[in-house]
Amino acid sequence: MKKSHIIGIVVIAIAIFVIISTAGDASTYVTFNEAKALFESGSNKKVHVVGQLKKNKHGEIVGVEPSDDKLTVTFLMIDNNQQTNKVFYNKPMPPDLKQSEQVVVIGQYKDDVFYANQILLKCPSKYEEESLQVRAVN
Amino acid sequence: MINLFIGNLGHLFVILSFVLSLASAFSYFKSTSAPDALKQKEWAVNGRVLFFLHSILVCGIILVLFLIIYNNLFEYHYAYSHASKYLPVHYMISCFWEGQEGSFLLWIFWNCVLGIILVLTNKKWEAPIMVIFALVQAFLASMILGISVFDVKIGSSPFVLLREVIVDPIFEMNPDFVPSDGTGLNPLLQNYWMVIHPPTLFLGYATTLIPFAYVIAGLWKREYMGWIKPALPWAIFSTALMALGQLMGAYWAYETLSFGGYWSWDPVENAVYVPWIIQVASIHTMIIFKKNHTALKTSIILVITTFILILYATFLTRSGILGNASVHSFTDLGLSGQLLIYLLAFTVVAIVLSAVRWKEIPTSDKEVSTYSREFWIFMGATVLGLMGFQVLAGTSIPVYNAILEQFGISSNMAPPPDQAIFYSKFQIWGAILIAIFSGTGQFFFWKNMDKSKLWNELAIPVLISLALSTVIFLTAGINKIAFILLLTAGVYSLVANSTILIRLLQKQSFKLAGGSVAHIGIAMMLLGILFSAGYSKVISLNTSGMLFSKDMSDEMNQENVLLFVNEPRVMNEYELTYKGQRIELEGIPGFPSKKIVRKTLDEHTVVATADYMYKGETVFGRGDTLTILPENTYFEVEYKKEGEMAFTLYPRAQVNPNMGLIVSPDIRRLFTKDLYTHISSIPDPESNTEWSDPLTNLVAIGERFFVNDFVAVIKSIQKLDEVEGVELGMEDVAAEAVIEVRTKEQVYELKPVFIIKDKMIGNIPVTEEELGIKISFTNILPQEGKFELTTATSQRDYIIMKAIEMPFINVLWIGTIVLMIGFTIAIVRRYKEFKRSA
Repeated sequence: MKKSHIIGIVVIAIAIFVIISTAGDASTYVTFNEAKALFESGSNKKVHVVGQLKKNKHGEIVGVEPSDDKLTVTFLMIDNNQQTNKVFYNKPMPPDLKQSEQVVVIGQYKDDVFYANQILLKCPSKYEEESLQVRAVN
Repeated sequence: MINLFIGNLGHLFVILSFVLSLASAFSYFKSTSAPDALKQKEWAVNGRVLFFLHSILVCGIILVLFLIIYNNLFEYHYAYSHASKYLPVHYMISCFWEGQEGSFLLWIFWNCVLGIILVLTNKKWEAPIMVIFALVQAFLASMILGISVFDVKIGSSPFVLLREVIVDPIFEMNPDFVPSDGTGLNPLLQNYWMVIHPPTLFLGYATTLIPFAYVIAGLWKREYMGWIKPALPWAIFSTALMALGQLMGAYWAYETLSFGGYWSWDPVENAVYVPWIIQVASIHTMIIFKKNHTALKTSIILVITTFILILYATFLTRSGILGNASVHSFTDLGLSGQLLIYLLAFTVVAIVLSAVRWKEIPTSDKEVSTYSREFWIFMGATVLGLMGFQVLAGTSIPVYNAILEQFGISSNMAPPPDQAIFYSKFQIWGAILIAIFSGTGQFFFWKNMDKSKLWNELAIPVLISLALSTVIFLTAGINKIAFILLLTAGVYSLVANSTILIRLLQKQSFKLAGGSVAHIGIAMMLLGILFSAGYSKVISLNTSGMLFSKDMSDEMNQENVLLFVNEPRVMNEYELTYKGQRIELEGIPGFPSKKIVRKTLDEHTVVATADYMYKGETVFGRGDTLTILPENTYFEVEYKKEGEMAFTLYPRAQVNPNMGLIVSPDIRRLFTKDLYTHISSIPDPESNTEWSDPLTNLVAIGERFFVNDFVAVIKSIQKLDEVEGVELGMEDVAAEAVIEVRTKEQVYELKPVFIIKDKMIGNIPVTEEELGIKISFTNILPQEGKFELTTATSQRDYIIMKAIEMPFINVLWIGTIVLMIGFTIAIVRRYKEFKRSA
């Protein structure tokens, strides 16, 4: 067997390992129910849940509660299945949390609370304008 | 009145430049297939003239767009959404790369420059490579074409009017409406690194086309070996610029963003990293080929892969497929179809052409000896390829979902929850191998190495590096196996390459030193990354916090600290005090307190209400009118060590109506480490202060009372002859109470005013935001000798901040400079080789 063949086999083996480990480490987008089911089945894999902050009938955001020392925050989030769940975030409240149109929380479910390690916020128009802010007419 | 002419002119230039690039490609193609030399020359001249005209028009487009931005023509969408009246001229250049159209324009511009250089320096290859160049230009120009053919939108023009993009009732009332100001450039981009980072990176991007064009031309014209010599200096140049561009971006992110580092494995960063690392592999295999004519097929594959990965990166970052925000992500302009065609067209052409010619490409069947330079370089290139593959596999996760959806399968795959861990745990092993190979490979500079010779050569560097890394290992307390190996390998690469460098210098062959200098740079960078990232320490860590559960304890530690104004807190070896909010005034040194200026109707102008001293000199006096940078607020944080004043940092926050709170760190730079501090949260400046129910205090002069838990006392009552903003008549009375409020650190003097005007009682309260108190002087009780003070309290001013220590980060930055020097030496050498052979 030539040396180049051995190298080739090793390279292919590593490439396959990379693919398997990528698939294994990849997270998934789930609903709160599925996250709960994962927790109950003993999995501690971190998952993504996509949703919005809970609003009352007047369209005001409700349930956002920073802790007394302001270093953590809990909030209510409705997932794409219209299910509401409490989310705990172990970091200070992101300043633009309440302006967000969409929230993605990454973390795991535990005892009725979703513990988020990371929050991704999708906020309306970040600089690329879709609506006009009329300031003054010339 | 709307200036329609200038936009129409710009649009016309875009269309013409698109047509000219196609015409140039056609002429050059004719030249390659013409039967006789005369015809070939005629067509080539044609192609050249057309390409030059195309380039002139591209400069015209840039000039027109610049004039639109410079002259504040906010009737144009591009100017409205990327510029504003107060934007300094040097940042107007940055407007070009904030928008997607502008960044395409930059790319097109670089291709013009490169195309002209190639035309002027390489006549032999001109026609075939310029066919490819002109075609790429046509594809890029089509991205900003902005025309519709049969209802299919082709490209997005930078010259569209605001009223064409935005639906707003105001345009029905007045179609000629022009907003008085634009929404401005993203404040994060208002940084000098952002003026130079994108053009550098895009020049690197653009130059990947040159080796690709040479390869394709070589395959096409059956010049299977001739393309390497002219392509190599450009491949090295491109690699150097991409590295420089990425590191400038990393440095900008470190200084400006506040994720606590310089690299976050964001998809957009990965999209550059992957082609870059493949290109690094390709220059190494091209160098092997130049030595002994092996690795030709590998070089061809790697050069083609690099360019296709650049196209893939373009597709990823600009098509909107990445979805969730990344710092660089462009908004989706609906060009994904067009981008996909661009990607597939070149991929298919390159693969088909290589497949057709594959059998004809000369190969060498020689088995490569383990004791040859080629073997080690080849191993290094393999490792680089695998490192690139791993990042590509992870970054493409959103693409898998999109592809599966095309086949009707719903896929819910998400990126790994912790990207840094996912990528680094693999990349670190690659880095260890690269360090070992780059150290060892250099010893095969002189051929005919065998086992015993190699060990003789290696013995000293290996011993030195083992000794050195043991010392570092013991002093720094490294405990992870991968970290220990990276440390040892990095030190080994540093020592081995330095040994070679010293030998080269002794022989006075400095021009050959490019490789060893570049590898020293890489070794330094690896060590810098190992320490600054692997051993970064959160100083503001609060481990005493509640533990929610044992298996989550790591994540449940608080990494931020809450600081109330003027209330010191101990954080590791430092004592921190947040001193208050500071502002930035144009032309004024230092950071004056927010309290010493008064706002005016114009948000950019303020009036001083007190004198300001800086380093013992009065810079401005009370009543002076000053220009403020209204979006910036700085937060003065004083660091004390063992009771001694250590230093003061001014992390910044920008409150932006569109983007919320944008924070930038301030960094204390020491030789051995950086201390990095950023704001995580501040009280919402938009919301109104909520005051408690007022409390009434009846106090005499000198009597103590409490406000918000602070001790306060009336020092005196003074009669006032005039009160700002109130006209006092003969019968009217005004008095102020001078109240002293003490905190542990500071004494505040507040002067609320009591007025009897036209027999009516009134008062002017004072508010001290730092203390969260409001005091009103509401009555005088002469019989009892007491004064009525009404107090209310609110949240005191505070910041939540995070502080991180990054050891030896300077080794990374110095390594970067060394790497660039190495690249420069190598480029000069390879270009001279090409010139000599031409």
